[in-house]
This record gives sequence, C-alpha cells and structure tokens, in this order.
Amino acid sequence: MKNSFLMRNPSTLIFLTALAAFTIVVTLLSEAFGLGLISTSFVKTLGKTLCLGLVAVAMDLVWGYAGILSLGHFAFFGLGGYMIGMWLMYERTRDIVISSMADAPIPPTTDEITDAIGHQIFGVVGSSEFPLIWAFADSLTLQLVLVVVVPGALAFVFGWLAFRSRVAGVYLSILTQAMTLALSFYLFQNDSGLRGNNGLSGLQNLPGLEAVPQEVVSIWFLWASALALGLGYLLAAWIVSGKFGSVIRGIRDDEARVRFLGYSVEGYKLALFTLTACIAGIAGALYYPQAGIINPAEIAPIASIYLAVWVAIGGRGRLYGAVVGAGFVSLVSSWFTGGQAPDIPLGFYTIKWVDWWLIVLGLSFVLVTLFAPKGIAGLFDLVSDRKWPNRHGADLGPDAGALREREASE
Amino acid sequence: MKRLFLAGLAVLMTCTVALSQGAPMQDILQAHSALITKSSRTTISPAIAAISNSGLTQAQDILQAWQSKDIWQRRSDGLFFRAEETDSGSYQLFDPDTGKIIGEAAKSDLRQLKPNSGVRALIGTALVQFQLKDNDPARRLAALTSIERNPSSDSLLPLRASIDMEPDADLKAKKRRAERLLTIAYDTDEAARVAAIAEMSGDLGVDVRATLNPLLQTRTQVFAGVAPDGLNIARVLVPGKDIASQEAYRLLIASNLAPARIDQAEILATLSDHISDGKVGGIAVEDLNQPEARDRAYAALVSQGLARATPTGAEIEAQLAAHQIVEVYSEPSPVVTSAASEALEAILVNVGVNQTLDLILDGLSLASIYFLAAIGLAITFGVMGVINMAHGEFIMMGAYTGYVVQQIIPNHTVSILVAIPLAFAVTFAAGVAMERLVIRWLYNRPLETLLATFGISIALQQLAKNIFGTQARPLTSPAWLDGAWVLNDVVSISYIRIAIFILALIFLGVFLFIMRRTRLGLETRAVTQNPRMAASMGINPNRVNMLTFGLGSGIAGVAGVAIGLFAKVTSELGSDYIVQSFMTVVVGGVGNIWGTLAGAAMIGFLQKGIEWFNPSNTLAAQTFMIIFIIIFIQFRPRGIIALKGRAAGD
Amino acid sequence: MKFLDFTLAGTIAFAGLAAPAFAVDCPIKVGVLHSLSGTMAISETTLKDTMVMLIEQQNAKGGVLGCELEAVVVDPASDWPLFAEKARELLSVHDVDVIFGNWTSVSRKSVLPVIEELNGLLFYPVQYEGEESSKNVFYTGAAPNQQAIPATDYFIDELGVEKFALLGTDYVYPRTTNNILASYLKSKGVSDDDIFVNYTPFGHSDWSKIVADVVALGADGKKVGVISTINGDANIGFYKELAAAGISADDIPVVAFSVGEEELSGLDTSNLVGHLAAWNYFQSAESEANTAFIKAWKTKMGEDRVTNDPMEAHYIGFNMWVNAATAAGSADVDAVRTAMYGQEFPNLTGGTAVMLANHHLAKPVLIGEIQADGQFDIISQTTEVPGDAWTDFLPESAVLVSDWKDLGCGMYNTETKTCVQTLSNY
Repeated sequence: MKNSFLMRNPSTLIFLTALAAFTIVVTLLSEAFGLGLISTSFVKTLGKTLCLGLVAVAMDLVWGYAGILSLGHFAFFGLGGYMIGMWLMYERTRDIVISSMADAPIPPTTDEITDAIGHQIFGVVGSSEFPLIWAFADSLTLQLVLVVVVPGALAFVFGWLAFRSRVAGVYLSILTQAMTLALSFYLFQNDSGLRGNNGLSGLQNLPGLEAVPQEVVSIWFLWASALALGLGYLLAAWIVSGKFGSVIRGIRDDEARVRFLGYSVEGYKLALFTLTACIAGIAGALYYPQAGIINPAEIAPIASIYLAVWVAIGGRGRLYGAVVGAGFVSLVSSWFTGGQAPDIPLGFYTIKWVDWWLIVLGLSFVLVTLFAPKGIAGLFDLVSDRKWPNRHGADLGPDAGALREREASE
Repeated sequence: MKRLFLAGLAVLMTCTVALSQGAPMQDILQAHSALITKSSRTTISPAIAAISNSGLTQAQDILQAWQSKDIWQRRSDGLFFRAEETDSGSYQLFDPDTGKIIGEAAKSDLRQLKPNSGVRALIGTALVQFQLKDNDPARRLAALTSIERNPSSDSLLPLRASIDMEPDADLKAKKRRAERLLTIAYDTDEAARVAAIAEMSGDLGVDVRATLNPLLQTRTQVFAGVAPDGLNIARVLVPGKDIASQEAYRLLIASNLAPARIDQAEILATLSDHISDGKVGGIAVEDLNQPEARDRAYAALVSQGLARATPTGAEIEAQLAAHQIVEVYSEPSPVVTSAASEALEAILVNVGVNQTLDLILDGLSLASIYFLAAIGLAITFGVMGVINMAHGEFIMMGAYTGYVVQQIIPNHTVSILVAIPLAFAVTFAAGVAMERLVIRWLYNRPLETLLATFGISIALQQLAKNIFGTQARPLTSPAWLDGAWVLNDVVSISYIRIAIFILALIFLGVFLFIMRRTRLGLETRAVTQNPRMAASMGINPNRVNMLTFGLGSGIAGVAGVAIGLFAKVTSELGSDYIVQSFMTVVVGGVGNIWGTLAGAAMIGFLQKGIEWFNPSNTLAAQTFMIIFIIIFIQFRPRGIIALKGRAAGD
Repeated sequence: MKFLDFTLAGTIAFAGLAAPAFAVDCPIKVGVLHSLSGTMAISETTLKDTMVMLIEQQNAKGGVLGCELEAVVVDPASDWPLFAEKARELLSVHDVDVIFGNWTSVSRKSVLPVIEELNGLLFYPVQYEGEESSKNVFYTGAAPNQQAIPATDYFIDELGVEKFALLGTDYVYPRTTNNILASYLKSKGVSDDDIFVNYTPFGHSDWSKIVADVVALGADGKKVGVISTINGDANIGFYKELAAAGISADDIPVVAFSVGEEELSGLDTSNLVGHLAAWNYFQSAESEANTAFIKAWKTKMGEDRVTNDPMEAHYIGFNMWVNAATAAGSADVDAVRTAMYGQEFPNLTGGTAVMLANHHLAKPVLIGEIQADGQFDIISQTTEVPGDAWTDFLPESAVLVSDWKDLGCGMYNTETKTCVQTLSNY
C-alpha cells in the first residue's frame, strides 16, 4: 500500500530521501557526532528551519490546497511551544527547588514545593500563585497531549464559527489575523498566567538531562524535527493524493460547485483547518526548545504573514515548495541580517544588508507574486518538464489554476 | 541648638565677608547658606521664613528670583547674587540688597541655585503675603495658585482681606472660590463652614472634592467594650458583616488587644527548633512533609508546654464580641461631617453623569481616529475590493511628510496647512504608482494582492527606517491646537482630538461628495459593479481604478498627518493601525461608508467601555475588543450595514 | 552553512598568523549584541554605535594587552529567540571574549542560559528590575534601588506626594518595579487606596482616559504624583496628552524611569518643563570626562545626537573590562571576572563607580527636571548607591543576597544560610 502510494508520488519519495540525506550529512558534520564543521548554533538553526518547514507544509495544505489564506497559523505554532514550554519550565524549576530545599531541617510539604516553584517561575513577573492553566504542567504526557489538543481545539472552535457563517476569502484572512492579534495581546498580559512579555525561557535545558551538552541535544532535536517533518510531509502527501485532497482542491477552485455536488464544504474545511493547527502545534513544540524562549511576540500577526510569504515564495500548491520556501527564505534572511553578508560600497553610499535586506525581501516578494506565482518550486517544473494544460495566454497561477480561461479573465 | 549654630554661622559670615557690611539680605542668605545650597523641602523652611519675615523690601524680589532659579552663588566667596545671562554668555550679577549691577562673572565661577518643585512651592507660599496685593495681576494670580496648591490656615485671613480690593473681576471670582474652600477647611466657625459647604455643593471641581474628602476621612479604631462618647463616629463595624472576622481579629492583634495567631512560618521555626534524635513531638522528621503530621507534632509541643497555642475559633469569636470596632472621623464636628457627606453625595452623582459624558467624548474621539485611519481603506478595500496591506505605510508616509514640511517651514500653522495637501499629493502619487505597477495585474487574485502589498509594506517600512532613522520624529501641532476644551474638571477633551474629529467629518463629506456628486464617483461605482459594462459605456476602467486607488491612498496620507500630530511619528506608525483599520471596515460592512462610520463608532466606544470596566489594564480592553469583533463577525459576516442585492457583488 | 565554516576557518587562520608573542590571541574580540532592526533598534542602535566608538578609542590608545580590539557586531533584530542564537554564535563561532549587549529584560533572559552554558561574559547596560544575579553577567545599569527607590523617596520627601499613580507598559520591568514600589510605599505608610496602577501595551497612543483617571485621583485632597515606567514611543503620546490636559509639574509631577534625552528628542518639551526623570547619568552633568565624551560622540555621530544613561553604563562597563583584563593579564572570562570585583572607574557625572561582588555597580542617583531644550536640569544628586540584586522590599527577596566573590553564589538565602542556585532560573 505504502509502496504504491510512494510510487504514485515520486516527489514524496525524493523529498524524504533528500531529508534523510540532509539529516545524516548535518549529523556527520556536527560538533557532537562528527567533523565539527557545523557549529551548534547553526545546527539549532537548521533544526528550527525543519520545524518551520513542517508548519509551512501545514500552511500549504490549508492555503495552497484548500484556498484558505490563514494568517493565524503561527498562533497554533506558538501555542504548541507554550504547552511544551510549561512542562520544561516547571520540571526544571522543580529540580532546582527540591535540591535547594533538601537541606531544610523540616522536609517540605508538597504544597510548599509547589509554592516555591510558583515563586521561582512567577516571581520575576511579580506574582507567585500558580494559575489554573498550569494545572497539568507537572506531567509530560499530559502537556504533550495538550501540544496537539490546545491548538486543535482553538482551531476547531474558531473554524466552526467562521466556516459556519460562511466567512471566506480575504474576510477570513483578516479574521484569522485578528485571532492571532487577540491571542498575542492576551498572552502579553501578565494576568494571563504565562509570564506576559517575558514568556517561557531557558527551554533549551532539558530537565534531568543537564549533563548532556547542547551539542548533543541540538542533534537530538534535529533528528526529532526531521522525523516530524518527514511524517508530517507523508501525512500531507497522503491526504492530498486521495479523495479528500480532490474535494479540498475543488473547494479552493469553486466552493459553491462542490457544495451543490453534495459535499459538506464546512466539514472538509473544518477538518483540514483543525488538522493543520495540530501539525503547527507539534512543529512549535519542537521549535521552541531549540530557540530557547517563547513569548507573545512570536505570535504577533507579522509572524503568520511571513509564513504565508515563505509558502508563496516556495511555491504553494505543492508540498515540497512550502518546505523549500520556508527553508530558503528563513536561512537567507538570517544570513543577511546576521551581518555576514558583505556590505556593498557604491562610493557615495554603502549598502548595508542589515538595513536593506527587508527592502529586498519585500520587493522580491512582489516580483515573485507578479511574475512567478509558482515560486521557487516552479523551477522544478523546468527539470521535470511538467506542463500545465495548454491554454491561450499566461499561466493563471495556483489560485485561479483550475478555472477555465474565460472564467479566469472575468 | 541648630538655631545657635546658624546664628554662629551668620556671625562668622558677617565677620569674614567684608562686602556684606550693611547688606541685611546678603547676611540672611549667608546665615542660611548651608540650607539654601542643600535645597531640600524638609529643611529649607527656616531659610524661607527668615527672608520673608525679615521685613526687608527686597525680600519679595529675592524670593521671586530664587523661585525662578535666578539666584547664583559665587564659588570664590560664597556670596549670593541675582544673575542674568548676557549676550556674550557670561553672567551679570545684581546685588541682592541694592539690586544694582556689581559686576560680571563667567558661568564656571558661579553655581546656580536649583530649588526643586517642593522648595519652589514653599517659596510660593511664603510669597503669598507679598503677592496677594501686588499691582501686577500675574503675581496675584501666582499667589492664588500657590494657595490653591498648598492650602493652609495662614492664607485664609489675608486672602479674605484681599478680595474686596481686587480690581480684576476674573481674579476676584477665583479668590472668592479659594476663600470658600479655605473656609470649609480651616475656619473656626462651624456655621460659616457649613454655609460654605452648602454653597459649594454641586460644584464639579476636583478642588471642592479635595476639600470635602479630607473632612470625611476616617480611621478604624478598636475599643475594649464600647467606644467612648464624644467621638465623631462614622459607623460601627460588625465583624462578619461589615468586616471579615479574620480582618477584624487582625485589627485586634494590631492594637495589642488580643493574642496573635500563629502562622506557618512560626510553626516551621518552632518545629525545627525542637528536633531531637530525628524526631519532633514524637513524630519522625521525614514524616513532617505532611501538613497533618506537622499539626500533630506542633500540638504535641504545645501540650509539652514547648510552644504557644494558637487561639481557637471560639476564642477569636469571644474576643471579637468583647470589642467594638468603629470608624472615627478625624474631623471632630458632626455637623460639618454630615454637611460634607451630603454635599459630596450630591457632587458624586453629578460627577458620575459627567464621567459618562467624558467617556462618550473619549469614545467619540477614538472612533474618529479609527475612522480617519480606515476611510482610505474604505475606498480601496470597500469600494474596489483591493486588500492593501501597505495602507498603514501610506499613513506613515503622510506623517513623515508632515515632519519634513515642519523641518522646512518652522511656523507650525503654515506648515500644517502646507503639509496636509502635500501629504495628499505624495501618497496619491504613491498610490497611483502602486496601482499601476502592481495591483492592476492582480485584480483577479485578491489573496495575492494581499501578499504583494504586504511585501511593499515591509519594504516601505524599512525604507522609512533607513531614511529617517528609528527614533520617533517630532510633529508638533500649532499653538492654537495646544490645550484642551475644558467643560469642567471632569469633562475635557484636547483640541487636537476635536480637530481630528472635524477632519474625520470633513472626509466623510468629501467621500460622499465625490462618490455621489462627481463624475469620478459615478464612474467608480459603475466600474465596481460591472467593469465590462462600464467599459462599454465609454468609461476607462484602468483610469478609474487608478484614480480611485490614488484617492484612497491620498486620504490615508492626510490621516497620517493628523495621527502624527496626536501620537508619534515612527516607521511603525502604520502597522499599529492596520489591523484595526481592516476590522473597522469589515465590522462596519464593506462597500458602505456609513458602515465604516458605524464600525469605527462601535470599536471606539466598545474599547473605551471595556477600559472603564477595568481601568488598570488597557491591554485587556484591546484583547476583549478583538474577541468581541471576531464573535460579532460570526453573526453578521457582512458587517453592521450589509449591502443587499446586486450591489453586494459575488 | 558553508560560509560559516569559511569565516570560522579564515578567522582562526588569520588569528594564528597575526598573533604576537603574548599569552592572548590577537585580536581580542568584543561581541556587540544590540538590535539594529525591529522595534528595539530605536534604542539599541545608539549603544552599538557607542561600543564601536569606545573600541575605536581604545585601539587608538594601543588596544588591550598589546592586542587590537575587534568589534563583532551582530543583529538580533529585536527578536528574543534570535538573541540566544546570536549569543551562541558569538561565543562558539566567533569566540568573543566579552559581549556588550541587550536592552530589554526578555532579551537578557533569553541569552542567560547560553551565556551560562558556554561561560561567556555579558555587560548589560540598561536599568532593570533586579531579582537576578548571574555569574556571567555584569549589570552596569541601575537596579531598582538605584533609580526607582530614590526617586520615590524624592517624591515623598521633596514634593510631598501622598498618592501615587504607577503607570507602566505591560512587561516585566514595570511589573516588577511597580511591585517593589507598592511594597516600599506600604512600608512607608501609604495605603492601598492611594496607589493606582495601570498597564498599557507597547506603543500605546490613546492616553486621554488614563490621564483623566490620574487627574481624578486628586479628588481626595492628597497630592498626586505619577511614577512612569512607560517604555519607548508610548511616552510621546502620554506626554502630549499630559501637555494638552494642561497638567503642570507643580500640580501632578511625573517621574519617568525610561525617558531620557533620546526619547525627548522625539517631542516638543516646552509643555513638559519641570517633569522629572531619574537616572544615573544626564547629558547635562558637568564634568570634564563628560564634556570629552559628548564631544567625541557628536564628532562621530553628528551635532544633533544626544548622550544618555545606558551609553554611560557601557562607557563604564567597557573601561572597567579593559582595566580588569589588563590587571588579569588575560582576556579569559574567569580571570577577568575575578579582576572585575572592586574595579573602580570615574563615571561621567563626577564620582567613581565601583564594581561590587554582586556584579552591580555603585553609582550616584540623579534626578533631573525636563527643560524646554529637551535636556535635563539636574536638581538632585546622591552619593554612590550600591546596586542591590535582590530587593529589600519584597519579603521573598529580602532574605537573598548575591556575592560571587566570597560566597560564590548569586542567590544566597541569609536565613537558611544556603545557596539557592548558582545557575540562573531565567
């Protein structure tokens, strides 16, 4: 079954092979297990990039295949990070508290330990009570479940409300953006119980594994991220290749027609929206322990827009495009803003990339939208000689790709 | 002792400093030199009193000069002078006694006396006696302000005496009002105070409340048995009803009328003090991680007489029953307190009404700001259906245009008058360019327009940073827009907000005029409804789209000038408003200017309303506002005012 | 990923060639970790420029230990996770010996684990909320007892304020500072009813309601004062609204902890004359060192640029580091850290700053009144106040001390006589 699926989708096989090869090469070049040619900070960057690739796959499913331009998927990504972050923080602090209380003449009660943990975690933001949302923070299993459940539930409720009242198109985009904004505002408040603007920090230190150096931990996370991306990609590829995929593509191209054909459009959209939110949550849960800190700024609307940018530049409507876009843009961005790109002296003015990179990114984004709507992945077509149906006039691009020429020009 | 020391110091000074022979003011200043240079509110009083009570004619001038930071001390000999800066940058010195020029000195040879605001207020109070009858109305006003800021019983009689002689009607009314308030606070005659209270009741001024409230200040006292007579008791607090029993018992403890309860920390300390052989009170130490075990161990210690027992519930009840807790007015006269509380009650009702009014004004103002920010969007998004994420950056461009114009034209009034049309022109051009270069290729791909314009948005934002730097730039409103329209002490709104409100109304008018009365408006509506039909009627859709988009962008630019005037000019100015602007348009209903107006009004009032409920957390207000909008759109997906029929498009 | 290796390899090769017969590798690398883009660029770019200027000046004087100093400037782009990533890069790829950087507390919390893991050395130049003491960080900005507490004392003693409005931006510095202040005010006998607290988002612009609330506080006849921990751009709208409402500093004084010369350059201060700010440094401080510093800064950056408190903190921190490295004869982190304790350096306001064993400075506290020209008139200057890592005004922190020199512990409980932790719990 699986074999035949992969045979039908050679791009999936190629992608998975490339991913595996990439992981092995990075491992071999890393400081922990190999030649030490790649620094730990860069391994972490690569690991994070894989997570971004996974959330980009989710975004591609929901936008490239179902036509829902969600500007809120980073909210789910962030929520996943928060869920795992709560456990990491709680457990690490618990270790500290217990070891510091070990010398006390009277052994501490459970309540006293909890209070002390609360004070350590929240003291810095001016309170010491454990809020209700930390109820499960002492259990890794439950928090791991929440990584999927919380983003999923939020997406389900939001999607149910939105799709039910047939909010679509740009309205939905703005609404999802409002949702992220509200969530980030909420998390920015100290009263929300997730440490406000400071967020959860020190997440790279795994409780109980303090002795393991970060060089090794970074590789573990790289593997985990690669595995998650591989599985996520496989799942996404399987979804879009089946009947479900045909229906959601149909919804993208003409929602009303699919509805008249008797499909429950809302149900399909809602299922896909929730599923991608769960995937985004998992990606976030793997991303933030590598980044080390999660805070509300991560959830700001701009982050989700960038996600759309990656997918668009990579080429939406095909999964590898999303991954390539996320990887390419985020790595190039960090190269340019990292001060490693050489300045260009023009005599009268020196172009500093730190200052000019965003302008280049913004404009190249406009250019991609105008002239290469298929994105970077469009280049692969040149190789595979894949052709769009022969039509008069220009290629209509992914959004209007399924329309007949007459309709599209209206 | 201190006085003796100061006197000694004065003698010393007069002996050593030859110049001060026959210079009584310089002598006084020198006598208090240490205090004057230390310049602290807590210690300065003797120095000020010495000057103001000296009976010297020059006292007023010296105090005024001191208050305005014009007194300098010469470093070489410690003498004080009034000094004025000359054109050459050195300082001309005036003798404090004769007022004559006695020479010049470089700044480095002098040290300026910098009385802080607290010291300046004390000097002001001392100046009252001189200034109340001064010929200069400005000085009389200064004296009055000083009385209002620091009311004291000393001021009452001089103030009362000065009212009849006051020639200026305005000042006279102000003096009378101040006199009434001082009467309430300090007069010895009870009837006069009650009369004054009656006269001022219903007045909305903060100063009236500030006078009445201290009269009603209470302190909570605990008495064994029943409170003694002769106290002006506000109310008796019954434990369990007016005050929680816990809290009541705490008061008893604080007054040393009852034994303290024992808290966890004390239990823990006692337990760890009595560890022997790994056991406390017969219980093994390692078991003490259970609260019950700790209680048992402590009880065991109590029974062995090693620890103090905590009072039981019944004991606490008994203690509470044996005591009376009362709130006592610090004002001894019951007649005054009851008059004051009646007056205050009347005022508070009035204040409540006015606060609502103020909240409405605030909401109106916020609504007009949102409307102004969104009106350009109402054209580009509402009418043309183009999602322009760079709309915020057009607002920013307008604000920076205002800033640049102000750099060239220093006169603020003229510069604003130039900036508004120029901002329109600049952003109109930018809008047209963007429409021609980018948007027109994407009319069939709305989601891609969103992304492309977002690309332009980040590029423009970064460009602004590169040109103007990351610091906020000043955009100063003309002087006639400074200040606020003050209805009373509760209701006021700044002129700049009123100006924004009027600007919003003007734009509403302009929009309606253009859309309904001009050829462009007609053509725009035609192209919006059916571009092909419009084209076949001889309308050039390209041109119309271009102009409409330019118009929307131009209005955004003007909005930028207004927003920059009231807030700040930074490269992030636009992105602060973009999401709110979109929500304003969407909530109101796309394609209808009245909808945008309704949306802005709803968002503005809603936000202010939530802020009123929870004044300590503005962020929560914004969060709940957005959540409300999200839910609202579920139920009215097409906004408050939805287009119906064919005009609704799709 | 290749380019990284190339840079790394290149630098190592170059360093090997250029190294003279000293115990230290030349050039000595100084990491500068300040945001050059994003929201914090407004404040942090200035500090980057300050560091570059200080390093140039030092090189002109012959460098340190016979080596040139090389500034490694990276841009964490106001993105807090990126701070951690860039810090790791500075320490493990560029092998810097010391880092000068960060502005916000959250960015500091983000780099802390990395700095502690890789045993780096960070100089943090901004006033902050305290409640932290890391072995690897020197805090050259003010702790609350070097800014907030003296300013509050000034309010109570000098201005006779009885009722306090604590207005702040909603993040950790205002939250913790206001917590400490509320607790301090209560210890001074101010009741709960006389403390009004409000938090607003970053960049807040609609201040009319809040200003009206503050005015209304005066209704019970007590003198009202505002203690503002409002951050950055939001101040502009706040002060504009304050001026529009006609609130004079004599009626309701405002003392700000985050408003310096740089922030005031964004608005017209003629209506704000007399409002206050508390810092350890003002540009208007009169001393020769300050005159020289301002001159060098204006020559490099332009006449209209101003100097501010975090710049002075970097100035002191950098010079102390230079002296400590010289004293230790090495740029090695542990050697420099040991040599840092007790380092003295004249600060720009006239006195001498001393580095204490708790990694904080002893510095004077200045209170200035805003002038019409956007500068501050210094009206009060204390003697040097030793910075306190753990505040004495919160019960849980009052029992904690930090002493890295003798106790070797940043969070030492004086009651139980135990070291709570040696690594920070971010």
